[in-house]
This record gives sequence, structure tokens and C-alpha cells, in this order.
Amino acid sequence: MSNRSNFWVQLPAIGLPALLAASLAIFGLLLPGRFWSVGAFESMAFQMPELGLLTLAMFLPFVSAGFNLAIIVTANITGIFMAWLWVNMVPSDAGTGLQIFWVALGLLGAMLIACLIGVLIGSLVAYVGVHPILTTLGFMTLIKGVGIFITRGAPVSGMPPVVQFLGTGSFLGVPMPMVVFILTALAMLVLMNRTSFGKYVYMSGSNINATYFSGIGTHRVIIGIYVISSLICVLAGLVMNARFNSARMGYGDSYLLLTVLAIIMGGADPLGGFGKVGGLVLALFVLQIISTGLNLFGVSQHVSLAMWGAVLIFVLAAKFFNRRYYLPWAQRRAAGPDSCSV
Amino acid sequence: MGKNKTAETSRRLPERPPETPPARKRDSLVVLKHVSKRFGGNYALRDINLELQKGEVHCLCGANGCGKSTLAKIISGAHRPDSGASIEIGDNRYDELTPQESRRYGVQVIYQDLALFPNLSVYENIAFEYNLGHTRLYRRERLRRKAREVLDELAFSINLDERVENLSIAQRQQVAICRALVAEAKMVIMDEPTASLTRVEVNHLLDTVRYLKSKDITVVFVNHRLNEVMEVSDRVTVMRDGVLVGTYPAKDMDEERLSELITGRKIDFTLKGEAWATGKVVLEVKDLSRAGQYQDVSFSLQEGEILGVCGLLGSGRTELALSLFGLTRPDHGEIRVDGRPVTLRNHRQAIQAGISYLSEDRLSLGLILKQSVADNMVLTIMERLKNCLGLLSREKRRQTVAEWVKRLDVKVNDSEEPITTLSGGNQQKVVLAKWILTNPKILILDSPTVGVDVGAKSSIYQLIHQLAREHIAMVLISDEVPEVYYNCDRILHFRQGRVAGEYRPDSIGIDTLSEVIGNG
Amino acid sequence: MADTKAKTHPDRVVLYLALVMLAIGAFFSLTTTVFLSFANLFNLLESYAVTGIFSMGLLVVLVTGGIDISFLATASVVQYLTVLVCRQVGIDDVLFLGLTVAIVIGACIGMGIGSLIYYLDIVSIIVTISMQSVLFGLLMHASGGRSIYNLPAWMFRYGGTHSFKIGDTAYVMGVGPLVLLAMAILTWFILNHTTLGRQLYAFGGNPEAARRLGVNLGRLHLFAYGYLGAMAAVGGITQVFRMEEVVPSSLVGRELDVLAAAVLGGASLMGGRGGVLGTILGVFLIGVLKNGLNLYGVSSYFSDVVIGLVIILAVIATHYGKRKETEVGFV
Repeated sequence: MSNRSNFWVQLPAIGLPALLAASLAIFGLLLPGRFWSVGAFESMAFQMPELGLLTLAMFLPFVSAGFNLAIIVTANITGIFMAWLWVNMVPSDAGTGLQIFWVALGLLGAMLIACLIGVLIGSLVAYVGVHPILTTLGFMTLIKGVGIFITRGAPVSGMPPVVQFLGTGSFLGVPMPMVVFILTALAMLVLMNRTSFGKYVYMSGSNINATYFSGIGTHRVIIGIYVISSLICVLAGLVMNARFNSARMGYGDSYLLLTVLAIIMGGADPLGGFGKVGGLVLALFVLQIISTGLNLFGVSQHVSLAMWGAVLIFVLAAKFFNRRYYLPWAQRRAAGPDSCSV
Repeated sequence: MGKNKTAETSRRLPERPPETPPARKRDSLVVLKHVSKRFGGNYALRDINLELQKGEVHCLCGANGCGKSTLAKIISGAHRPDSGASIEIGDNRYDELTPQESRRYGVQVIYQDLALFPNLSVYENIAFEYNLGHTRLYRRERLRRKAREVLDELAFSINLDERVENLSIAQRQQVAICRALVAEAKMVIMDEPTASLTRVEVNHLLDTVRYLKSKDITVVFVNHRLNEVMEVSDRVTVMRDGVLVGTYPAKDMDEERLSELITGRKIDFTLKGEAWATGKVVLEVKDLSRAGQYQDVSFSLQEGEILGVCGLLGSGRTELALSLFGLTRPDHGEIRVDGRPVTLRNHRQAIQAGISYLSEDRLSLGLILKQSVADNMVLTIMERLKNCLGLLSREKRRQTVAEWVKRLDVKVNDSEEPITTLSGGNQQKVVLAKWILTNPKILILDSPTVGVDVGAKSSIYQLIHQLAREHIAMVLISDEVPEVYYNCDRILHFRQGRVAGEYRPDSIGIDTLSEVIGNG
Repeated sequence: MADTKAKTHPDRVVLYLALVMLAIGAFFSLTTTVFLSFANLFNLLESYAVTGIFSMGLLVVLVTGGIDISFLATASVVQYLTVLVCRQVGIDDVLFLGLTVAIVIGACIGMGIGSLIYYLDIVSIIVTISMQSVLFGLLMHASGGRSIYNLPAWMFRYGGTHSFKIGDTAYVMGVGPLVLLAMAILTWFILNHTTLGRQLYAFGGNPEAARRLGVNLGRLHLFAYGYLGAMAAVGGITQVFRMEEVVPSSLVGRELDVLAAAVLGGASLMGGRGGVLGTILGVFLIGVLKNGLNLYGVSSYFSDVVIGLVIILAVIATHYGKRKETEVGFV
């Protein structure tokens, strides 16, 4: 019997959905009336997308056995660019059409900046072989320096109404930020599962040299990975601009750990090569639920941060025990007693 | 063209009972009883009983995957046997050994990958174990002296301070041997030591083995070829599929008998018989050179022709193949495909030109081990599996995989399982499928049957013949002379980066050819 | 035929670094009046001593092929806890005891991290990202983000600046550079003249071989990360000496400076390389650059940009050409 269809081997996959159900139940019970309310769910649906988009931005590099420590500063700096453009160029009485024009222009400019960043990072990793951690750490410092230099650390505030709608409005009952996130997640799903590029990313994550030897242009794949990652950061920056009505270096700093946590909880292998968008999205919901729940409990930001760190370690410990002790047991059961298959 | 060499067809031979060891009774050093080892669902070793004597040279023989490396690792403590095993060593009996324990009894292993530290110097590697177990001060002078002693004893000349990563393979092996001796070994296990050595270096190695024997040190060779080590071995143990077939005196052994025992049947060594070259020249190489790798290489290749390239490691064969595949660029010379000159700036251009290359390093470059069989197989042709929307079509992928699994007779339960679940031979078939799918005009096969069991070997040879029938030109790079001899139309002998000679199997005997090539 | 190109000899890296630093130093000496003065140089030494101390610990971890970005959080926690423990237990003016408390706390945190990495088989970057959050989050919560001014006497006595004379002129400097010197010598000794140190390099060069040869990997990990924790403690306390206060959030965020210094000095994220001299040179190369820019009147915002650029360029320079021709992975 193949491992894939065996009950015991697949059992751990129930972990995440179970956690989702459990957290919904527990917080609902502990905070009656406050948790299971339209307001709470709505606020979760508004809050989650910025983390979700950043997580999607981290997902591609992670699956390729790399890292992108610069996602947050990229989101910040492209957000600052867009904000600066809008604050300075959009007249306060502009009609919707004109606003949309400027928003589109701003997005275009921001994406060009993101492309540049992505190409530079990708080139260093692909052509020179600098480790992604070092590369993106360096770029993180550089971009943060540029951003703080430009803004002197101050926020750029005052988005045009169209953008504000993006942060506070809804479409068919679904909050706008969530719409953006869902569309992006769907696009990522298609990219990873149904395009050759997605396949190349998975293969590169497991063994980039073998992928190269199979005739794949891995340099282009790596650059593509970091460009797409940076482009998604632009969307994250846009959503943050919309929600906070301002842009600043430093927004979202605490999200870095959470993106890694969501990706790993979603089933990705820390060594690269594997990971599913579906799992990632599910993990994001769980994290948002727990985060909102804790918030409603009045737990401080700092304790939350420490807790997330502990959760990540716990999840990885659980994976270890699964791998080292549970899985071999389950596989032996799947293979049947006294199996001597060679 | 071609004469039939051996007329016998395959049949199973009755197993001959193991013969009693030779006259001189030596003391036992290590006795293994009921050793089994399972990895996941596969048995690597089944109920092995083996006795290794002091001061003997013992050869562990068997096809790749038969378990001999695993057995060596159990003796050295790198692996633990399943319960029920008994290892008697020194005066004690153990259920399993740790690396520290086995080293304390004087067991040293020289692994196939040498397990040296590339970033440390020669003397640090050699004397590494000297300080192991104590957080002592690192007395460099003492270590250097000890390393120098051993180097001199074995008459090796290597610079003590050179970093190991800058040494040649033969030199690294010398360092590994020295390391084993510094630790005052009673038994040295060498795992496939001759794979990358020239004839001269092999002889040097055998001298060293004789020296070790004279000091009453047991030497265990783990090897799948006997001819090189037959001169020095006392006894040979043959393993097949995890089972110990028997232990025999080396003087009663020859290559043919060994093959029989290893595979369980008589090998059908027949010359190819037919030739399928059409006369149309599909690849021409003229004066191709690359500094430090190969010089003035010229040859031509016809459709349907199988060209063998033989030579010891380091002779430039793989380097040439890498240039033909566009991964490296020659300094000068010309490559023509179908009569037109091509400059191959990268491997994608090579594939477009019709040249595909199957790497000699299956495990790290040919396959992506953790990924599925299906993904590995279609990796090269993903662009062709798209539907009208430009997205990958699951159906096309499934069909392609199913078709080729059938055509190549790949034994697999579920193509979505990781490719590590397949045996070496089946893995290689998947790699082959991957490259055949690119519709090459020229297929370069670099050591395609290394680590492949005999059954899969012969089906791979049949596949090669079939491809030739379909007018694909092939270059078969190998260092197994029989493989090249019985499957190729012509054979190029490479030595130190140059073409040293060209031979045709119908005009030279295999033994003569082996001589020529074996002498480097 | 050997297929490897001649790899960069570690001594050559140190040589290049020294030359570059001399060149930059010469440039600043010639173009500003202040650079080459004792006062400035002592200030430079003082400012980067703490970074240097941290880099000694990080170097040890990098040599084993791992990475740890939580050391600044560890340092901050050590600062805070040391003050608390000293108050609790009543250690007021005994340097030795105070230091011991700090180092023990740091080493324990480090060994905890090492255990997670080794015994639970978790990738070091992820463990240390997590631990940074845990440590920093708990610290900020416990301290409320407030600085501590009420330090035990031993911190005040050895802290601050001390005056000394060279010729007729009086100068002031803290103990930082001396501590750095001591830690550098200790690290150099451990890495080059103890078996354990050489095993660290061995493991970084070929982890599988180290396992097969029976190197005690658990002890190795505990030592490497524990040492970084101890260095974090020493650096943290030295920082307190300098500032004469404990500011919980002041250290975290400058991890790259330390990492870049080590990498410039020859260490690689893949392990097995790097040395004390190179790392120290790396620290002061960055220091000299920043100092010079500062003397030029460049705003500190912009100098961050310059440093970031320099680090990226330097990293490119040290990595270029290190890969084998047909390889596409990380170097």
C-alpha cells in the first residue's frame, strides 16, 4: 500500500484543521459574545491580509530553500513611494477617475522599484552564490537606511479616498484587503501548481544543481522568485497604506516571525522543496484567530511576540518527533507486518 | 559485423558450497553473527554471518546495492544492526557498536567519499583522531611529527600544510589511509578505493596494502570489481541482495566465476552484433581544447552510431561532455551539429541543438531525490506538457509518465512517491527517460550503469541499442571496458585530456583493450 | 587531474582586508585633520569594542556552519537579569561574582539554543529567529521598555571612562577595548589551540565526516552556541559599562554589522572558515568607514546606506569566483 493512501501516515495532516477548529471553539467559549461576533470576525478579515500578503511574499523564497528577510522593508519603501506620490500629486478634490489614474501610476512605479530590488537580490544569489540570508539581510539594512534617510523616520500620511476605501471598504461583504489577498493567493496557487515556473521552484528548493543539470535556467528562476516576492510586497505595502492611511518604515516589523511560522505550519519543509499555498492560508487563519483572541484578552504585544516564537519552536519540535518517531512507525504499519520488500 | 564471443544463454547455476579457509589458520578479529539491517521497509542486510581474521586481506564483493557498504558501516559503528545481531570483537561481544567503540578496537574505515575535512590541512586530517575524546591542548608540533612519521612510513609525499581541498583524489586517498594508520588500526576497511585511481596509483595502493598485511593489520576491501584486488586478497566474500552468498579463497576466484556468484546467473557477453549507423554524420568535433581539461579532441559521430569513450578518471572525458552540453565553453575548436557549426553558450542551447547529457553523478546531479518519480521524469520537458491556456496539464503529465514507465519497464508502485523508493536501476531508467523525452539527436551517457543491478543493466543496454536503431547517436562514457566493448561501434581511448587511440571491437580483443586502457 | 581551482587562502583574505583598511584609513587621515588623532582612534576603538566582542561569539557559531541572530536579544536579557539577580542576591561591588552571573546566564541561554538546534534537528536560522522573539518579547514585557539606572556598584566602578596619559596629554577610554582584546585572544586560542576548536572547524567543513569519526556533536553544539551566549553576555555587560545604564531595546537591530564583519573577515555561512584576526579587521573596517563618514559630516541616516552598500559590495567581492564552474548553489 502506498504511503500516500495510508491512514496512519496521513494522520498528522489533520493537525492544522483541528487547530483551527479548536482555537475557534476555545476563544469562543472564553470570550462569549466578544469573539463570535460580526465585529470580531470583520476586524480579523481586515487585519489578516497584510500578514497574508507578506507571507505569500516569503513563501516563494522559502520553498526554494532561501529566505527573504527584506520583505517588510520592501513593502515599507514601496508603500512610502506610493504614499509620497499620492500625497503630492493627487489634488484633494480629484474625481474617482483621476484618483484611480494616480493609484495605478503609483502602483506601476512601486512595482518597478520592487522589480529592481528583486533583480538585484536574485542576481546576487543566482550569479554570485551569496547565501540568501546574507543577501537579504544586507538589502534589508540598505533599504531601511534609504527609507529612513528619505523620510527621516516620519510617516507619510493622507491617502486619497480611493485608497482609503481599499483599506476600510468591502466588496460584496468581503473586506477589500481580503479581496486583494484572496486574489493574490489564488494567483500564487496557480503559479505553484499549474505552471512550469512553480515546478522549477520546488525542484530548485530540493536540489538546485540537479535542476540546473536537467537543463533548467535556474538563474532566471531565482531572479523570478525574488522579483515576484518583491512585487507581492508592493501589494502588502498598498494594503498597509490603505489601512493605516499612512506609510512609514517599520510598519509590520513584527510580522517576519509570523510569516515563517505560517509557512511552516502550512506544511512547508524548512529545508525547501515543499510547501502548499492551501496550508499556508489555513495557517494564516489560525494565527489571526489566536492573535485576535489574545488581543481581546488584553495580552500585551510583547508577550504575543514571545509566544509566537515559542509556538514556532514547538511546531518544529512536533515535526521532529513526527519525523523521527511517529512516521517510521506509521510506515511500518502501512507496509504490513513482517514485510521484507526490497 | 562482429563475432559472437560467448554462445551460452542465461541460466541459473547451482550455488557451489563455500570452501574451507586456507591452510594457515589465523585468529579471528571480528565475528559477525545474525546481522540484519532494515531501512524503512527495505532489508539491506539479512542474517549475515561472517568472520574476519587477523592479518588477512579480505574482499567483500557484490553488485551495487547488495549491502556490502552497509555491512562495513555496521562493523565501523556508523550504522546499528537490527536486534538479534552479535558482534564479537576483541574479547567482547556486542549487540551493536558505536563509532567510538569500534575505533577503540582498532577498526578504521576509509569511506568511499573519504570523509576528510577539506578546510583543514593534511597533517590536521591525518592526526585528527589523535586528540579525539580529550579537550586537550592542540599540540601542533606533535601532530605534525606524527603525520610526518606515517607519511614517511608509507612513502607518500604530500605537503603537510596543504589544505585537503587543494589535493588530487589520489592524494586525498593517501591522506585517508594515513589517518587510518595514525590511529593504530588493527583493521582497515576500504570502501571502493580504486574507483578513481589510475593504474599506477592502484599499484601504489596495493603496495600499501601489502605493507599493512606485513604488519598483521586486517584489510577489508569493499569492492564490486575483483581484478584489481585479486593480487593481494586472501579471501573473497560475495554478497547478493543483502544475503551472504559465500566466502571463498581468492586463488579459486576469477572474474567470470565472480560475476556468476554476484548475479546468480551467467552473464551473457555478446557483442552488439548489428550496427545501425546510417552514414549521416550528426556530430563533428574538431580540435576542441580547454586548458587544463582536454586538448585537440577531434571525432565524428553518425546517426545511430554508439561511440564509446573510455579512460580513467581525470582523463577529461566528463569535462569534454560538459563542454558538448554547453555547461562549459571550450577555448578553441569547433563543434558541428548536422554539418552546421554551433556555439553553445549554455545548456539550453545544447538541448535545442539536440544534445542531451546524462550525468555520471546520479544521486546529486541526475535526480532530485526527495521529489516524486513523475516530477523527476518530466522535468526536462515541462514546457511541452502545457495545455491551451499555458498551464500544466495534469492529464498530459500522467500519460507521459505512464507511457515511459511502461516502455522502460520501471518498477514503481506510485509515480507520485519520492524517487528514493526506487532501486538504483529503476532510478537510472527514470533519468534516461527524462533525457530521451528531449528528443535528442545526440545523447551523451556518462557512466550510465554505475550503481545499477545487473538485471537493470542489461535492460539499459537493450534500450541503448533500441535508441540507436531509431537513429539517435550516442556517446557512451564509461570506465568499465566490457560495457564499452560489447555495446559500441567504436571506442575512443582518452588519456590525460587527449584522444590516445581509437579502436573497433571487431579488430581488438577485450583483454588487449583492457590492458591499454588500464595502463592509463 | 585536480578539478578544483586554487581556493582563496585564508591569510590572503586577512591581507586584503588589512590593505583596504589601511587605504581607507589613509584616505581619511589625509582628507580630515581629526581622523588620525589619538582621541579619535580611542573613540573608534571604544565605539566598536562591543561589536567586536559579539563578533567573536558569532564567529565560533559561523565556523560550525550555523547562524544565530538572537545574540543581541540574549545580550539585552543578560543585562537586565544580571542587574536583577545582583540586587536579589546582594552582589554589589564584587566584579567577579557579577560577571559570573552574567556569563552563566548568557551561556545557559546559548546552550539552550544549541540544544534545540542539535537535539531537535531544527535549522539554526529558524530557531534563532524564534528565540530572538521569545527573549526580546519577554524582556520588553518584564521591563516595560524602561531603562535601568540603578545599577550595582561593580558596574559603575569599572564602567564609564578612565583617564590615562600618553606623553603629556590625558585621554579617556572605557574598558571596552581591553575586554575585546581579552576575548579576541581567548577566542583565537580556543579556535587554534584546542582540540574542541579544531573540531568546530572540522564539523563546519564536513559534518558527516565529523559524525562518522565520532566527534561528540552534542557537546560541540552546546559549546559553540553557549560560547556565543557567553560572548553576548560579556558584550552586553561591556555595553552597560559604556552607557552606565541598561536600555532594553538599544542593542537589538544591529545584527548585520556583526554578521557582516565576520563574513568580511573570511567566515562563510556554509561553515568551516573564518578567523579572529579577519573578523576583528572586518569590525574595524566598518568602524573606520562609519567614523570617517561621520567626520565628514555625513548624516547618520545616510551613512547607514553607505555601509549597507559597502557590505553588499564586499560580500560580492569575497564570494565571487568561489563557486565551482558548473555549480549553481550557495557558496
